[in-house]
Amino acid sequence: MARGIKDKVAILGMGCSKFGERWDSGPEELMVEAYLEAMEDAGIEPTQLDAAWFSTHIDEIGTGKGGTPLSVALRLPNIAVTRVENFCASGSEALRGAVYAVASGAADIALALGVEKLKDTGYGGLPVANPGTLNPQLTPNGSAPGNFAQLASAYRAKHGVDKDDLKRAIAHVSVKSHANGAKNPKAHLRNEVSEEQVMNAPMIAEPLGLFDCCGVSDGAAAAIVTTPEIAKAMGKSDIVTVKALQLSVSNGLESQHNSWDGSYFHTARIAAKKAYAEAGIENPREEVSMMEVHDCFSITELVTMEDLFISPEGGAVKDVMDGFYDSDGDVPCQIDGGLKCFGHPIGASGLRMAYEMYLQLQGRAGERQLPNPKIGLTHNLGGAPSQNVCSVAIIGAHDA
Amino acid sequence: MAQNTIGLKAFGGYIPRLRLQRKSITSANAWIAPNLVGKGKGERSMGNWDEDSLTMAVEAARDLLGTDEDRSHIDAVYFGSTTLPFSDRLNSGIISAALTLEESIQAVDVSSTQRAGTTALLQALNGVSGGVNKEALVCAADHRKARAASAQELEFGDGAAALSVGSDDLIATFLGSHTLTVDFVDHFRGSGEEFDYGWEERWIRDEGFSKIVPKAVAGALEKTGLSASDIDHFVMPCTFARLPQKLAKMCGINQDAVADPLGAVCGETGAAHALVMLVYTLQNAKPGEKVMLAHFGGGCDVLIFETTDLLATMSSKRGIVGSLADRQEETNYMKFLTFHGLVEWERGMRGEQDKKTALTTLYRNEDTVMGLVGGRCTETGVVQFPRSRISVAPNKPTVDTQEPYKFADRKATILSWSADFLSFSMNPPNHYGMIVFEGGGRIMMDIGDVTQGEVDSGMEVRMVFRIKDFDDQRGFKRYFWKAVPVRNAVPAAQAAE
Repeated sequence: MARGIKDKVAILGMGCSKFGERWDSGPEELMVEAYLEAMEDAGIEPTQLDAAWFSTHIDEIGTGKGGTPLSVALRLPNIAVTRVENFCASGSEALRGAVYAVASGAADIALALGVEKLKDTGYGGLPVANPGTLNPQLTPNGSAPGNFAQLASAYRAKHGVDKDDLKRAIAHVSVKSHANGAKNPKAHLRNEVSEEQVMNAPMIAEPLGLFDCCGVSDGAAAAIVTTPEIAKAMGKSDIVTVKALQLSVSNGLESQHNSWDGSYFHTARIAAKKAYAEAGIENPREEVSMMEVHDCFSITELVTMEDLFISPEGGAVKDVMDGFYDSDGDVPCQIDGGLKCFGHPIGASGLRMAYEMYLQLQGRAGERQLPNPKIGLTHNLGGAPSQNVCSVAIIGAHDA
Repeated sequence: MAQNTIGLKAFGGYIPRLRLQRKSITSANAWIAPNLVGKGKGERSMGNWDEDSLTMAVEAARDLLGTDEDRSHIDAVYFGSTTLPFSDRLNSGIISAALTLEESIQAVDVSSTQRAGTTALLQALNGVSGGVNKEALVCAADHRKARAASAQELEFGDGAAALSVGSDDLIATFLGSHTLTVDFVDHFRGSGEEFDYGWEERWIRDEGFSKIVPKAVAGALEKTGLSASDIDHFVMPCTFARLPQKLAKMCGINQDAVADPLGAVCGETGAAHALVMLVYTLQNAKPGEKVMLAHFGGGCDVLIFETTDLLATMSSKRGIVGSLADRQEETNYMKFLTFHGLVEWERGMRGEQDKKTALTTLYRNEDTVMGLVGGRCTETGVVQFPRSRISVAPNKPTVDTQEPYKFADRKATILSWSADFLSFSMNPPNHYGMIVFEGGGRIMMDIGDVTQGEVDSGMEVRMVFRIKDFDDQRGFKRYFWKAVPVRNAVPAAQAAE
């Protein structure tokens, strides 16, 4: 195994815009909002940036292709800007690029910034994808909820879970995230909901109702990274470092080979194992303090608890119902509201997850601050259960 | 008289599952068409939104061909229809691609008359008789539109039939035919027009059917040396009540030989209807019976067959009898109007997506898209869809080892699914899921012909060839395969009773 990234890179500063239906802002304004906060947090000048990684998924809606949208919006000093795109995990890709640049020594200080402006489509939900010339001739005219909902049918079939029991468990996933999101001033959705409300909401894609689906939001998030040594030299204390950054990408096995049963994420399990190995974590259920996972849909979060080896196989329903992942549970999950309530501006989401872990680790999470967390995990997924990319990152206190 | 013994080798049939209750039409239109209220009886077949003459023809042909992968014995395909999806793109060529027939096949579209089905059959018989072809496949299908509150809306149905023509292993021997070509315009549909324009029914009945059909029948009897009383089954589409019986009487054919025009349970399937009725008749006929097939339209075709002992070999075919038994009542007239494009409905912004098809991509992947042909690794035996240079085999991604592997006729079940209300659908909710095939391979695909609450993991499905998308901007249709539930249809013999 490679030597890995553990503790080679520190987070110098982070920023995150208010997420939501930002009718007042285009992608430029959102980028600037996240950038200025991150720069102030880092305490550096633009000229200190050596390179930038820029993530945005849907270039058709406003933001555009290439590195120029970021460079122009932030008036960067003509440094290298690389646009990355990896579906809904694009934000984690930007972070990966910046972290690797610092770890390699090619850059002393690097910027990762992700943005998505989704509310210029004219309709609710994610924009209709346009995936090339062959796929539209073969694949259903589906939607994200329709693809992720299929986890539920396969999970029920595999574990013999009653339809109503699973519906209630995924409802609890959303209830918990709404309760958390209500405490987050930057969150898109800040209302608490009851299990009954979730279960009786209009159906979007069976069995997912309206409250089983995450917010479709505008927003941006940014990270500035450097080496722990430079951070210390700049007088930073409570240094947060990257412990692991792993990405696993489907090779078509799930969608083309009958060895996959449709109830879990093949890539998530691979990325999680590698991330734990990289970070030196042996018992994730005990060692991980908190998580921000890719809860694009409630069922995604539920099966992910098993894919990350926090819940035992087939045990996620019980853990969820026991409150294991609630804010006062053993491993609080989506403490900032998650994609569900903080929102899901696609290119920003991976960085938003890291932002919450960073704030929590530095004790700056306000009303939702957890007691003394040491290790945070982010799980950022892109694509559909049958074909996807999955990023698992672990960040923690430098001395953890 | 035919020079050498030729005739029919097999048949297949397909009637769409949806059966629109005529009462739902007449009650909705009673305010504007009170004269039609009395016709609100029985049901008419109604293609689902993703069915047209071509998809129905493919299903009828698949019923005929069975699951045998070797289809090299078919060397010609004829497609008779007045509702060909393309005016200039060989429709029978699309059928050929969907059926994975050989490239060296002769494919012919026959259209412009209600006799297109019988004329296609005659052309196939001529081809085999003349030695040009050894075995020809004949498909006929129609999917006609009619204006709301018209009589045609009640009379028409959607459906298809298929016959194969050859010179050995015959289920029915061809005895001879006679054709009259008369420019008698009982109705017409101008080029590019959607609807028929018809003349007075009494004139059509008295000057058309009653004069042209007996003359054509007499010609056929004379050519074959048969007498009218020899005919055991008189198969002739006609929507006028009691007219077939009157014509039989005029021709000297026994009254009990007159075949049921299937008006009550199906409606008239246009150019396909003579063949649809023929298949239905053959499913109820005995060996050694003489079947006269007539179709009126711009004249009249009359063909005479005699069934053989091999007719019994067709008992496993769904045919028309089995298709009629596999039915779902539809009472939503608005759905029918919407499927036929007669209602401007709000599709939502998700329905605005451009459905332009890259024809280069389509051709490059022709057997994948049209024939549902995937790949099988010659080293590991792993099968997959679609084919790829490097195989999907776990831990052994062999290179350039894939041979074509057909999925269309394999058993399959649903692994995972959803009923999606968000994505655009012509018939929401949009059902789709991961379909796994016995023997390996899987495809994420649309699930068709289902109602909400019906689908579950583990459900057995079969493949059907359907319209995938409409490109209304350019007048193109995409076709692909979908999964539909395997339903325990009533056995053909039982349903016929």
